[in-house]
Amino acid sequence: MTPGPSPLPLPPLLAFEDVAKSFTLHLRGGAVLPVIAGATLAVHPGECVVLGGASGAGKSSLLKMAYGHYRCAAGAIRVRDGARLVDLATAAPREILALRRTTLAYVSQFLRVIPRVGARAVVEAAGIEGGLAPAAARTRAADLLARLDLPERLWALPPATFSGGEQQRVNIARGLIADRPILLMDEPTASLDARNRAVVVDLIAEKRAAGTAILGIFHDADVREAVATRIVDVSAFRGALAA
Amino acid sequence: MEPLLTVEGLTKRYGRRLACDGIGFTLDPGEVLAVVGESGSGKSTLLSLVAGEVAADAGSVAYRLRDGATRDLDTLSVVERRALMRTDWGFVRQDATQGLRMAVSAGGNVGERLMGVGDRHYGRIRATALDWLARVEIAPDRIDDPPTRFSGGMRQRLQIARNLVTAPRLVLMDEPTSGLDVSVQARLLDMIRGLVAELGLAVIIVTHDLAVARLLSHRVLVMRAGRVIETGLTDQVLDDPQAAYTQLLVSSVLAA
Amino acid sequence: MNAPDLASATVSAGTGYNFAYLDEGTKRMIRRAILKAIAIPGYQVPFAAREMPMPYGWGTGGVQVTAAILGAADVLKVIDQGADDTTNAVSIRRFFTATAGIATTTRTAEATVIQTRHRIPEAPLAEGQVLVYQVPIPEPLRFLEPRETETRQLHALAEYGLMHVKLYEDIARHGHIATTYAYPVEVAGRYVMDPSPTPKFDNPKMDDCPALQLFGAGREKRIYAIPPHTRVRSLDFEDHPFRVQSFDRPCALCGAEDVYLDEVVLDDAGGRMFVCSDTDHCETRRADGHTGEAA
Repeated sequence: MTPGPSPLPLPPLLAFEDVAKSFTLHLRGGAVLPVIAGATLAVHPGECVVLGGASGAGKSSLLKMAYGHYRCAAGAIRVRDGARLVDLATAAPREILALRRTTLAYVSQFLRVIPRVGARAVVEAAGIEGGLAPAAARTRAADLLARLDLPERLWALPPATFSGGEQQRVNIARGLIADRPILLMDEPTASLDARNRAVVVDLIAEKRAAGTAILGIFHDADVREAVATRIVDVSAFRGALAA
Repeated sequence: MEPLLTVEGLTKRYGRRLACDGIGFTLDPGEVLAVVGESGSGKSTLLSLVAGEVAADAGSVAYRLRDGATRDLDTLSVVERRALMRTDWGFVRQDATQGLRMAVSAGGNVGERLMGVGDRHYGRIRATALDWLARVEIAPDRIDDPPTRFSGGMRQRLQIARNLVTAPRLVLMDEPTSGLDVSVQARLLDMIRGLVAELGLAVIIVTHDLAVARLLSHRVLVMRAGRVIETGLTDQVLDDPQAAYTQLLVSSVLAA
Repeated sequence: MNAPDLASATVSAGTGYNFAYLDEGTKRMIRRAILKAIAIPGYQVPFAAREMPMPYGWGTGGVQVTAAILGAADVLKVIDQGADDTTNAVSIRRFFTATAGIATTTRTAEATVIQTRHRIPEAPLAEGQVLVYQVPIPEPLRFLEPRETETRQLHALAEYGLMHVKLYEDIARHGHIATTYAYPVEVAGRYVMDPSPTPKFDNPKMDDCPALQLFGAGREKRIYAIPPHTRVRSLDFEDHPFRVQSFDRPCALCGAEDVYLDEVVLDDAGGRMFVCSDTDHCETRRADGHTGEAA
């Protein structure tokens, strides 16, 4: 683990406060499946908090709640948007969409393929949506794809035709191109080789240096060790369920 | 910011059946709202009510006009309303024969709205039609063919061009991709996605296909038996559905 | 049009029919429709068209309009495609001679009422004359919009973009506006109207015409009108302005130029000539000493 600056002088960009998540399975007679309870954690600028714990412990659910992708059953998830704090648990859909444009970046495990759009254009579009000027987005998309070692002959082709690893590199470039204050990463390196994992580690370090608050799930121990400033064991949040 | 469209309490009965029961929502400029549900859920009726093609039993539809004033559509004169529908609104229909003039060439179909708002220069109308045909990927040499000679996918693309030629701010779409081959659907959806983003269109798209909702929409409204069952961010509703019916709907389809 | 002499009864001598065939109540109904049509130039007024003793397509609409406006002192001319001597024209003329006992003529200048199918006379019309057109399909928008409910709405709101779609289609197909007859016109800056299947060559004659122009469609039960001296504009595009047909030769019989010509086949060997479609105009000119190459 890389030692981070401590104590942190800046307020957190992302904070879970006593968050709970459960799924009500109406198709199974309304069975309630509790996932997490009492989750409290904060991510500060320049931090990379890695979620740890066994599979099924609720890591992915936490990350999805932080992106407004899953709803919260209880508690608050506060996101700093400039001078104000927005609670994702109660925010209107439009507010969440606005945060995704300006504040929250999300790199999922798989690229959700958009038909007929070339790899570079996919990355570029994400940059423009994130506030970059078109020319800057174009340059930065090319830089990122080059660093992630995606052969240039593929840039104009739609990622639907790519291998899993190639698609994932497009996905990472897409998630990282814009400078959003909060970066959420759900196993971004799962399908990458050692060399590209190292590139991602470097990219994360650069984001941290720029003050980005990062919350992620990394299965590879080497990547986790290289990027985490702190590891939070999510199993702790399951303890509350038993109580 | 004031919404572009504000729908409140829209209700329509057919005899004893409630086709729409107090539906309300707002739509911002550039926002895409998907209305999903099974056949008979009332989603197409909702679209007809919003478009004013079917008279509501109760409720209102207010729209922010280009001059900035928000008006209840019921207070517009017929002339104002029709002018609005053929300039600032579009309606892409499931059945292209309902949305196109089948006996008129592709160019005439695209040019109609321009001529409707008073353009009387043939060369300019034709140039604009050619430009729009290109944008919807219809070859320029098809400009004088009637849509009867077009495939299903081309007809839908022509409908889109015909509607977008006056730069509307709101487009209603009723199952625009159903009945098309899967590959044709993908191409059409991608085109719609691109145009919506590029032109900043506000869209209400009615679909039974959750994959269409996921690809195109920001927000989704789940309807059943004339009522809104659940509403919210599209990815949230599809991946973490709360209502029993939505869970059933999401689990009843191939992965979306 | 001379006011009918109601006092001197209206039964035409010899035939047993009412004057000009229609009963007075029907004629009043038609006159009301005519007055309304004159008041709203170009607007299609519905009327309760009667069955006439001739088939649809023979001008039952025009005949009813003529019957409604004829007075005992009127002089009637009937033309079909410009000619006074076709079966249709002769039959209608005989019909009114028999039922109204009025005088008829083939001379445009002498007529007070001219019923026409497909032409406007070449000789300029004068104040006091009435031109009655026989109309098969009064609705100019029918070609593109078959729903009557919708076409009425389009007229009511003056939404005439569709009419230009038709002209657009013409140019797209033929490189120019190929509509040569029933060419749509805008009347008095308001209603778009079908001028009946007259050649577009005649359209300019409708503009600012001193005579009253009445249109009767029997099957479709519509009457419309252009009052004297009304602006009648043929629809067009800025870059494809309205143009009339031009003929590259004069009439073979009377040498007239700037008139509408018919092609007449002379023999089986392909011999043909082009002559005035307006027979009265041609005969008048020849009587005045004008000659063409074939005369």
